[in-house]
Amino acid sequence: MDIPHILSIITYLPALVALLLLFVPRGFDRAVKLIAFFGSLVTFILSLHLFYHFDATRGDMQFETSCTWIQTATYGIRHHLGIDGISLFLVILTTFLTPLAILCSWQSITKKVKPFMICLLALETGMIGVFCALDLVLFYIFWEVMLLPMYFLIGIWGGERRIYAAVKFILYTMVGSLLMLVGILYLFHANGGTSFDLVEITRQIGTGALQLKGQEEIWLFLAFLIAFAIKVPMFPFHTWLPDAHVEAPTAGSVILAGVLLKMGTYGLLRFCLPLFPTAAVRMANVLCILAIIGIIYGALVAMVQPDVKKLVAYSSVSHMGLVVLGIFVFTTQGMQGSMLQMLNHGLSTGALFLLVGMIYDRRHTRMISEFGGLAHVSPVLAAAFLVVTLSSIGLPGLNGFVGEVLVLVGSFVRNKAYAAFAASGMILGAVYMLWMYQRVFLGKIGSAANAEMKDIRMREKLILLPIILVMLWIGVYSEPFLRRMGPSLLLIQHRIENAGSPEGGYRVDRSPAPAMDGERAK
Amino acid sequence: MMTNELMLLAPQIILVITGMVLMLLEPFTAPAQKSRLARVAVLGTVVAAFSLMPQWNIHPRMILKGMFIVDNFSVFFQWLFLIIGAVTAYLSMKFNERESIDRGEYYALLLFACSGASLMAASADLILTFLGIEILSISTYILAGFKRDDARSNESSLKYFLLGSFATAILLYGIALIYGGTGSTSYGVIYQLALYQRSIPTVTLIGLGLLLVGFGFKVALVPFHSWVPDVYEGAPTPVTAFMAVGPKAAGFAALMRILLQAFPLLSHDWVNVLWLLAILTMTLGNVVAVLQTNIKRMLAYSAIAHAGYILVGIVAGPDAGYQAVLFYLVAYTVMNLLAFSVVLSLSRQGDMHVHLSDYAGLARKSPFAAAVLSLALISLAGIPLTGGFMGKFYLFSAAIQRGYIALAIIGVLNSVVSVFYYFRIMVYMYMKEPGEQALEPETVSWPVQAIMVLGAIGVLFLGVWPAPILELAARSSFALK
Repeated sequence: MDIPHILSIITYLPALVALLLLFVPRGFDRAVKLIAFFGSLVTFILSLHLFYHFDATRGDMQFETSCTWIQTATYGIRHHLGIDGISLFLVILTTFLTPLAILCSWQSITKKVKPFMICLLALETGMIGVFCALDLVLFYIFWEVMLLPMYFLIGIWGGERRIYAAVKFILYTMVGSLLMLVGILYLFHANGGTSFDLVEITRQIGTGALQLKGQEEIWLFLAFLIAFAIKVPMFPFHTWLPDAHVEAPTAGSVILAGVLLKMGTYGLLRFCLPLFPTAAVRMANVLCILAIIGIIYGALVAMVQPDVKKLVAYSSVSHMGLVVLGIFVFTTQGMQGSMLQMLNHGLSTGALFLLVGMIYDRRHTRMISEFGGLAHVSPVLAAAFLVVTLSSIGLPGLNGFVGEVLVLVGSFVRNKAYAAFAASGMILGAVYMLWMYQRVFLGKIGSAANAEMKDIRMREKLILLPIILVMLWIGVYSEPFLRRMGPSLLLIQHRIENAGSPEGGYRVDRSPAPAMDGERAK
Repeated sequence: MMTNELMLLAPQIILVITGMVLMLLEPFTAPAQKSRLARVAVLGTVVAAFSLMPQWNIHPRMILKGMFIVDNFSVFFQWLFLIIGAVTAYLSMKFNERESIDRGEYYALLLFACSGASLMAASADLILTFLGIEILSISTYILAGFKRDDARSNESSLKYFLLGSFATAILLYGIALIYGGTGSTSYGVIYQLALYQRSIPTVTLIGLGLLLVGFGFKVALVPFHSWVPDVYEGAPTPVTAFMAVGPKAAGFAALMRILLQAFPLLSHDWVNVLWLLAILTMTLGNVVAVLQTNIKRMLAYSAIAHAGYILVGIVAGPDAGYQAVLFYLVAYTVMNLLAFSVVLSLSRQGDMHVHLSDYAGLARKSPFAAAVLSLALISLAGIPLTGGFMGKFYLFSAAIQRGYIALAIIGVLNSVVSVFYYFRIMVYMYMKEPGEQALEPETVSWPVQAIMVLGAIGVLFLGVWPAPILELAARSSFALK
């Protein structure tokens, strides 16, 4: 806590670097790439400061900075940033993936390099802002502004159907977010038009100073939920995702899968649960069932995809369903698992998109039928792909396992059927991933083009290495992560339990204690 | 006392005198020097704007026997009209030269139009309101048809004139009925009478209805909007820019004053009507704009849609609603003028090149114009960090505060539709390759360039730091009470 305004610095540094890039004259693409990379690297290093100086015993906001932004007689919008155990890891995930996304575009992006890097950096600022903002309007502004660079990333540097995908992406997300805006404004006026401050409003709701009527709360909950459900994306709001993922350039897919989807689940944890606990409890079963449908449906659809990238995209629907399930079972393990699974999904799906991008750079196709036996010609790539695949399907010792097990245990406590169905989704996950791996990397070398494919270069190894190391770290020793997120999640859980439910069925015995989860993970 | 009243009327007098001076100067100006006349016009607006300074924040005063009111509301709108007039004059300079319509009357009419708009905003009497509308409308009819050799311009002017006079007649009939029902045309007297009347005469209600129809035409509310696309498309582009912002702001200013100062007691009657009109206007404007491939027509429908958003604020009512309307009108003016200035900078001889496909690949050829137009479109679509977002934010906030949740939801869903067509222009500019007939970069004259830069700064300023203008809007709307 020795650097003042550290969160503002981390948030706006990428945007400043982007601004700086505007003044680099044409034709200095290499300089542009280097500036962008080092800018994002410095941001990452600064965000590590957050990790080490984070007080893991507290569940409230830390590193807060707050100042007046738009102050008039009737509106007080504050520039209020802060992080807790939930946002901490998402901020770090963002700053971790962005330099890698820049590195992976080093050679694949040859046209309009400068605008590309500017978009990527602007996107980073938007994403960090979303995770740090503690004022509802500020949050909304980051949430919306972030759409633009992503829209351009897909629309300008994307594949064949990029325009369709970009427009679909922006329209889907706009519908959700504008309804959320109505919700935000309603909440503001329900609160007597005093404050947009999230911490303040959450406190008032917690203490009962602000009481929403039952029906009112449900509608508000839905207004926020739709915005987040589209972003996650939850079944049935997922149809934008395969298009956007497939058409986006590799860096865009990495960021989209790695961070953007987490904004949805983050929103659920940060807004839907603490602000509308009663409504969340009442809607929980519906959402759990939708999440389970998403898990199984996503897995089944992924299984039949002929395109690797599309397969990975549908696997995201499945994995994010698990995250949502973990949130809405309202158990300590479930929530911790969800939170961890957000990171895991960011790492493993991000890495999968990176690997698919590397293959695409070499072969200019993503059709599974075109491949076969790639392990013979590019063993390092194959090995890395295998590790990431195993992480994605939750092999013990790698990150995916810890999160999945926690979510499954958490949902088992709530409802055994949920856990059973979710677990079957995991099995399907193993099926489609391993089957895809087999068809792409094993067997005979399919064609001459495959035989000539080169293995990955040093730069690409440098991209993959940090991700794989973190995967191992979480897989083997997840305690530093769980310890930091624990208190904040517990706080949310308390709110849910205090809200109670008509049936009174949501108070769950909270043993084993959070520490035990760490034990189990080890 | 007399001199004091003259001082308060100084802005109007300066505008009109400058206009007449322009007409006198016209025959004595060499053809190559005509653009100087535009500067004289701009000078006139600047002097008028300065002469308004002492009127800000004074105690509201009625002059001209209670017909003309000087308060923050009128000063706010007069400033807005003067800015619109000056920007339009600058935008017209090179354009008129190229299209050979570079005549002094053009600028004189522009100033008269501004003066008419100012009268509308400052009027406290239906007769003066009517006079203001006529001065504004007749000047605009002529401006729309200023390209005499161009069939489209003629069509535009004639359509505007015919439908406009029809609407004016309805309006006048409404005024007559209101006079019949209340015995007065003064806002204050109408209000006072209503306070003591047991029941409101039906004649007054019909009169108010007809008044709303007349204003609905002037500010282009659905279903009185059918003239807009053709008129906007045919008129010279700078005039289109003026029409999209000037008469609209003036119409809303006068409407707000009438509704709040003359008929506040009837609000339960007109609120529901306006509620419905707002929904129709937003929805039809946005949905039909999706189908347009001509930029000027698209912006015409977008202007209709924005009138619907503004109506949301009027439905929400004072204070928050009116404050939001005033702020939104400023933001709308800035972003619309910005968009038109780019369209203008890209148009070529004969006012051509306004088709969507002409914008394909624009980002590569003139990145600056593409970036500025994108900013204007982003703002029109209501994406944060722009004035358009802040405007919608306050409008919908006011509506929600008053419990018009459905209106707010329909409004935001309309915003989503608008994103589609605004962003489609960006798709053409950034994501498509230039076609064969795509625009070649041409040097843009410095006034247009300056307006583009200032407008872009303005849009961002309103989005990032809206407090000063919001404060201005708040103080101005308080004057209405």
